[in-house]
Amino acid sequence: MIRELRGPVLWAGELCKEYGGGAGLVRAVDRASFAVSVGESVAIVGPSGYGKSTLLYLLGGLERPTAGTVRLAGRQLDGMTEGELARLRRRALGFVFQASHLVEELSAQENVELPVLLAGASSRRARQRARELLTQVGLADRAGHLPSALSGGESQRAAIARALVNEPAVVLADEPTGNLDTATGAEVLRLFGQLHAAGQTLVVVTHDERIAAMSDRVIFMRDGRFVDQSTLAGRAGPELGAISGLDL
Amino acid sequence: MGFASESIEQPARGYELRIVQEVLLALLAGEPSHGYELRTRLALALGPLAESLSDGQVYVTLGRLQRAGLVRSKRVDQTDRLERKVYELTRSGRERVAAWLRDTSWPAPAPAVFHLKLVAAAAAGLADPVVLVKLQRDELLLALRDAQQKAWDGPTGSVGGLLLEGVVLRLQADLRWLEACAAHWSARG
Repeated sequence: MIRELRGPVLWAGELCKEYGGGAGLVRAVDRASFAVSVGESVAIVGPSGYGKSTLLYLLGGLERPTAGTVRLAGRQLDGMTEGELARLRRRALGFVFQASHLVEELSAQENVELPVLLAGASSRRARQRARELLTQVGLADRAGHLPSALSGGESQRAAIARALVNEPAVVLADEPTGNLDTATGAEVLRLFGQLHAAGQTLVVVTHDERIAAMSDRVIFMRDGRFVDQSTLAGRAGPELGAISGLDL
Repeated sequence: MGFASESIEQPARGYELRIVQEVLLALLAGEPSHGYELRTRLALALGPLAESLSDGQVYVTLGRLQRAGLVRSKRVDQTDRLERKVYELTRSGRERVAAWLRDTSWPAPAPAVFHLKLVAAAAAGLADPVVLVKLQRDELLLALRDAQQKAWDGPTGSVGGLLLEGVVLRLQADLRWLEACAAHWSARG
């Protein structure tokens, strides 16, 4: 009920993004419209190179659309200056990319402190928040390590801690398991599952079926367009025994 | 496969239907066992998927194997247990286990069946293949969600967890192929 009262935290209307022109015109995102409720997790899936990442950048105000509108946390993105966009991103969004993009010269702890300091909080507050988040992602004992000393899965978990540290309204993730093997990918996946259970709003662009399966809603994208969607939340699955080849 | 009447009445599902029988025979090949021991070992191997296994199933199957002459039972004197019946393999039971272990057939691959369903539905104009793909995809996504959840809930490194890992990988591959089906049939729609 609260969700309905608050309305969508993220809303996109007829979003388009074109590159080039004339015969070389590429429509990376083609009239994409959707709304994400507070606490909802949405996976956007589809083949690589078909506009999924571009869509995420438009939603996060990292790129400007050719046409269409994005509303995030009650604010309309078009018409905002770069400075206003940057402030809104810091306050309302957490980004997770395929590569962790940690600052190599800083420890895991300092990497996670950075967004808190940029948002204007005290260094004491930043240290405290970073410690909390690193504990939450299971990296408390690795806090002092440089990114080069962390494994792929640990780096990605540190990046997730960094994305969460300012309590964003929405976490936008672009192929968060893309660079990881099956087992470390599963660690990150489990962390996303925990975030979702804790009520974090998530929008994840992925071609990892495992992420899609644990989302409330899956949107299928092809050639820049939304071609289909499935709502999984609240639905019962089939008998696993039968799916696994058992017929007991 | 031919078109003999018996294959129409009894579709080939041998591998799946026989699995409990074969596993029980193989477990008995190690040593004679009580029914409850067999049930415990089977449940352990299946991990979270053992919930599909009903309590009486092991005993019903053992009875069937006994009637088929693959297993025999004997009563043993035992004061500390309620169950006194011990099962063991007969000679033909041992031969059957050896044949099962050598058998390299794999569960019937779903793609062929589903693919032909789509082709037939489209050819006869019975249903939109894209809708059939969507139904199937949702079902597999829900199964993948549940398999993952069960894998997380279970102890790490367990033998039952290994089965779930296989289920997850298989479902991922199936879902990837269904996406190719969706793209193909959408382009034709």
